[in-house]
Amino acid sequence: MTGPVGDRPEAGSTAERVPAVEAVDVSRTYQLDGVSVEALRGVSLIVHPGDYVALVGPSGSGKSTLMHLLGGLDRPTGGRLVIGGRDVNALSPPEMATLRNETIGFVFQAFHLLPRTSAVENVALPLVYRGVPARQRRERAAAMLGRVGLGHRLDHRPNQMSGGEQQRVAIARALVTEPTVLLADEPTGNLDSVTGAAVLELLEQLNAESGVALVLVTHDQEVAGRAARRITMRDGVVVTDSDDPHDRPLSVDHDRPETLVPAPSAEPRSVSGSGPGHPSGGSGGAAGATGRLPQEPAPGGAEVGRPGGVA
Amino acid sequence: MRVAEAWRVALDALRANRLRSALTMLGVIIGVASVVLLVAIGTGTKQQVEQQVEGLGSNLLLVVPGKIEVGTAPVVSPLTLKDVDAVTRVVGDPERVAVTVASGATARAGARSDFTTVQGVLETTPTVFTRSLARGRYLTGTDVDTSRRVAVLGDSVARALFPDRDPLGQQVTLAGVRFRVIGVFAPLGQSLGVDRDDEVHVPVTAAQRLWGTQRVDGIAVKAPDRERIDELGERIVAELNRRHPDTEFSAVTQQQILGVLGDILGVLTGVLAAIAGISLLVGGVGVSNIMLVSVRERTREIGLRKAVGARPRDIGVQFLLEAVLLTTIGGLTGMALGVGTALLVDALSPIPAAITWWSLALAFGVSAAVGIVFGVVPAQRAGRLDPVVALRAE
Repeated sequence: MTGPVGDRPEAGSTAERVPAVEAVDVSRTYQLDGVSVEALRGVSLIVHPGDYVALVGPSGSGKSTLMHLLGGLDRPTGGRLVIGGRDVNALSPPEMATLRNETIGFVFQAFHLLPRTSAVENVALPLVYRGVPARQRRERAAAMLGRVGLGHRLDHRPNQMSGGEQQRVAIARALVTEPTVLLADEPTGNLDSVTGAAVLELLEQLNAESGVALVLVTHDQEVAGRAARRITMRDGVVVTDSDDPHDRPLSVDHDRPETLVPAPSAEPRSVSGSGPGHPSGGSGGAAGATGRLPQEPAPGGAEVGRPGGVA
Repeated sequence: MRVAEAWRVALDALRANRLRSALTMLGVIIGVASVVLLVAIGTGTKQQVEQQVEGLGSNLLLVVPGKIEVGTAPVVSPLTLKDVDAVTRVVGDPERVAVTVASGATARAGARSDFTTVQGVLETTPTVFTRSLARGRYLTGTDVDTSRRVAVLGDSVARALFPDRDPLGQQVTLAGVRFRVIGVFAPLGQSLGVDRDDEVHVPVTAAQRLWGTQRVDGIAVKAPDRERIDELGERIVAELNRRHPDTEFSAVTQQQILGVLGDILGVLTGVLAAIAGISLLVGGVGVSNIMLVSVRERTREIGLRKAVGARPRDIGVQFLLEAVLLTTIGGLTGMALGVGTALLVDALSPIPAAITWWSLALAFGVSAAVGIVFGVVPAQRAGRLDPVVALRAE
């Protein structure tokens, strides 16, 4: 294996860590029936290895677009996006695919497991595109399934597993390539609260153990509150970032009452969640988040009613 | 490694939609089976004709007025028995020269009648052409010299006129004149749908008298050896040209006849194969269609595969292999079906069929090529899908 996997120890050892993903003034405009739609308008952020970030915002806020960009599934129409040290705009589609394979792990709301395919084969899928021999693929996939607590269900098919188990398989698939960033798009959205909490804990545990950056897209405030760092989006811009890498002043006035209360457990969790590789920045950011958030406006009306529906 | 994986995935996808895969293959199966079957029939017919032409006897030279070419009108023969004598002098051996003057006539025996071909011939016919008798005797030199009204019946004629009697010694009336049956040929069977046993041989002199003509339609010479056959033919044609300066003559060998017949039958086989090929093409369109449906149905799977690192080419190869697998499995099944049907046809019907390895190789190659050609567009479409859009698809 080459590339980012080789880069990572180096990144951890240097004082100024190499960002896993860096977006500088990134915009994304779609053409829909001849009309330009600006999904993202100048987003800048840095995700470091080991970060635990929640990306929140109402639907249409651009958080999915941002997640697709961070995952290398899409390219910005403006600005600079660097994933694993490589400028996305300089890469061809096959190079983008290789970049995704080597640096990104995806977890989707709808699991996106291949039907009629066993858990171990689903997990091994990314290794197929890396050219890993079949025997090794199976060994690594089985080991990964063991880590997510499904060592006993290797040959079960998705339709023989519960939703929580399917999402664990998806998490194993995302991590089997040892990526630097794990992008989870509403990973608990299709699960009941108990199962969802367990899946979330698993993600947090893996984030803490392996140093993979965890980016969680969610509208669930309780879920978002567990993250060390929280990025709120609205109308294609980042409204708040509890760990703004550019330290730019937040452009939002404090004239609206805060309707969202961050989870009380946010601070201690975020400290442990950011892991040993993130000692000062993580805790500082988390502290900043709890200090600042109450004064910030609600990201949108859609979210106001949401916390009640989550528990 | 990745290709092996792609094969497995393609096979899996086909298995997941068994009925649809089978129906799609059916188009290819029918196409390939009909190509194999029709080529087998064409080849079988050609082989049969070749055997029959060769079975006429070896080193045969046929001398006829006019040119032997496809599309030329037959010429009324100026040849007479005097010319036959001249040819015999050139050949140097009367045993090697046969003649024919033929015409359609109704043969009657009692209440039964049969429209057949009456051939006026010399006693040398069984020597020059390979013919054997089932019963009785053939014509003699005396029969010819004295224009004796005796006849040798082909197997079909004998059956038609004397279904329940021994024809030997019986009377038949040919064009109103009575002949005595002295022999019956051993059956030859059919050639290109023509019954070769539907003929009656009588002395050429008697035939000429019957029709009031001096004419001889053609002369056949059995050359002493293969090497001198062309030179002998040139000498015969030269002699006949000297005697009839206004008419062109041709001397053709079996090889030349085989060449002409082979060309005709080759074209026929080609046309049959092309018609069958059209159905293969239609099968290919079906493959293309179903692959497009498959790409659409599996858009989310494509999106997921791309998200975890599949390159556009990986996806394209996967769908292309699926199409090729459809057509090659269909092709192999079609080949088996075609071979089976051809063997049945050959065994149970008078139509000959012969399987040739090249037709099988061709059918398989074409079906694989159909898969590639008709799989490329869906595969490219799959490979180019935007992963973001694909992941969102329902």
